[in-house]
Amino acid sequence: MPSLGADMEAGTLVEWLVKPGQKVKRGDVVAVVETQKGAVEVEIWEDGVVDALVIEPGTLVPVGEVLATLHSEGMAAASPATQPTSAPRTPAASAPPTAAAASAERGRISPAARRRAQELGVDISKLAPSSADGIISIADVEQAAHQIAPAVNKQAAMRQAIGAAMAKSKREIPHYYLGNSIDVTHALGWLAQENTKRSVKERILFAAVLLRAVAVALKETPELNGLWIDQQFRPSTAVHLGVGIALRGGGLVAPAIHDAQDKGVPEIMSTLADLVQRSRSGGLRSSELTDATITVTNLGEQGVETVYGVIYPPQVALVGFGRMVERPWVRDDAVQIRSIVQATLCADHRASVGHRGALFLTALERLLQQPERL
Amino acid sequence: MNRDELRRALLETLSDVAPEGDFDRLAPERPLRDQLDIDSYDFLQWMVALHERLGIDIPETDYPRLATLNSAIEYLAVHAPASRP
Repeated sequence: MPSLGADMEAGTLVEWLVKPGQKVKRGDVVAVVETQKGAVEVEIWEDGVVDALVIEPGTLVPVGEVLATLHSEGMAAASPATQPTSAPRTPAASAPPTAAAASAERGRISPAARRRAQELGVDISKLAPSSADGIISIADVEQAAHQIAPAVNKQAAMRQAIGAAMAKSKREIPHYYLGNSIDVTHALGWLAQENTKRSVKERILFAAVLLRAVAVALKETPELNGLWIDQQFRPSTAVHLGVGIALRGGGLVAPAIHDAQDKGVPEIMSTLADLVQRSRSGGLRSSELTDATITVTNLGEQGVETVYGVIYPPQVALVGFGRMVERPWVRDDAVQIRSIVQATLCADHRASVGHRGALFLTALERLLQQPERL
Repeated sequence: MNRDELRRALLETLSDVAPEGDFDRLAPERPLRDQLDIDSYDFLQWMVALHERLGIDIPETDYPRLATLNSAIEYLAVHAPASRP
């Protein structure tokens, strides 16, 4: 069971998408796992042939537990299959013993019923099918929903998981905070002009411009982009930009836009749109939940001007954007009405110092004055 | 399309975008964003859905005119193409 984020302790295997004897290659989606943040498609990180599916669908499995075994083609020896996904953060040796052993005979579940279970906060590992075909139906899910206490629903579990990760962050990471008011009048005008040339479907949200600017600014301050693992900072050459996405009915995920350093504004936008859609429908992939090297959160839509974030471990920085506001601003020796956004940086003092953090924010400001070059 | 048909088209496309919204209690004069908890991404999806359903390409500068259900109906009554092929 891969760790799909610092706040995950266990996941329920929903279904296998491979069979024993099937050939798989790195990056293939092999299973669907239900987490507190919705259903996630788990990718495999090695080429090979599926040997045995160790865990039955419906089982709640702790992080680090072996889900399936794999052997390389032409070899008989089996090795844990989905282990490499979680290896850097959760060694198999430290995994607690499996907590749900007796669920082997539990039934399969229809996709519609699984969605309903997610909506209602029903733990599908505790469901049994009522019909003879052994498949859990929507009716089974709704029946179970009547029986669960409101306090143990999925949202509460998700809050708890986020709380645990944030407590770890505040306990271990010496945060420092910097902020900068950035005049984005020109960038907004440029984007409005660009969007008049685009069809409805291709229009770009300003968030995509901000994300692109962050990715480019990080080239100048690589000490903000990477992970803090085993008492040291491991910088990342790729910028995998975690984006905070609010889920309906509460909750939050921060899946990554992979290789944002190589993606222009339109491509950032299409990736973002895809991530938002899949975050809310439950189709994120494991790599998207584990690969982020920095996170950006945009709380402007909630109406606040400034975000003081909490770093998502093991990352070392979080960039926040607040609401765009019109302000009297001194420019060219005159007071003008300009659109201003507050950018904040919250960073890990073990990995960077305030001086470098300040350089990042000034680079961000400079880049946003020339959006056409992003 | 008359106003009732427009209202139905608006509500149906909105409920695809914000399936958890409480449409029974939707106040027609209050901002949709607040009532349905939709963000700019959802709003964009709604514009795409309206484009597909009604064949209308709403420019970004007109987005504020679709802030409430009633204002959206008024806007579409004027701007939506008379009929779909």
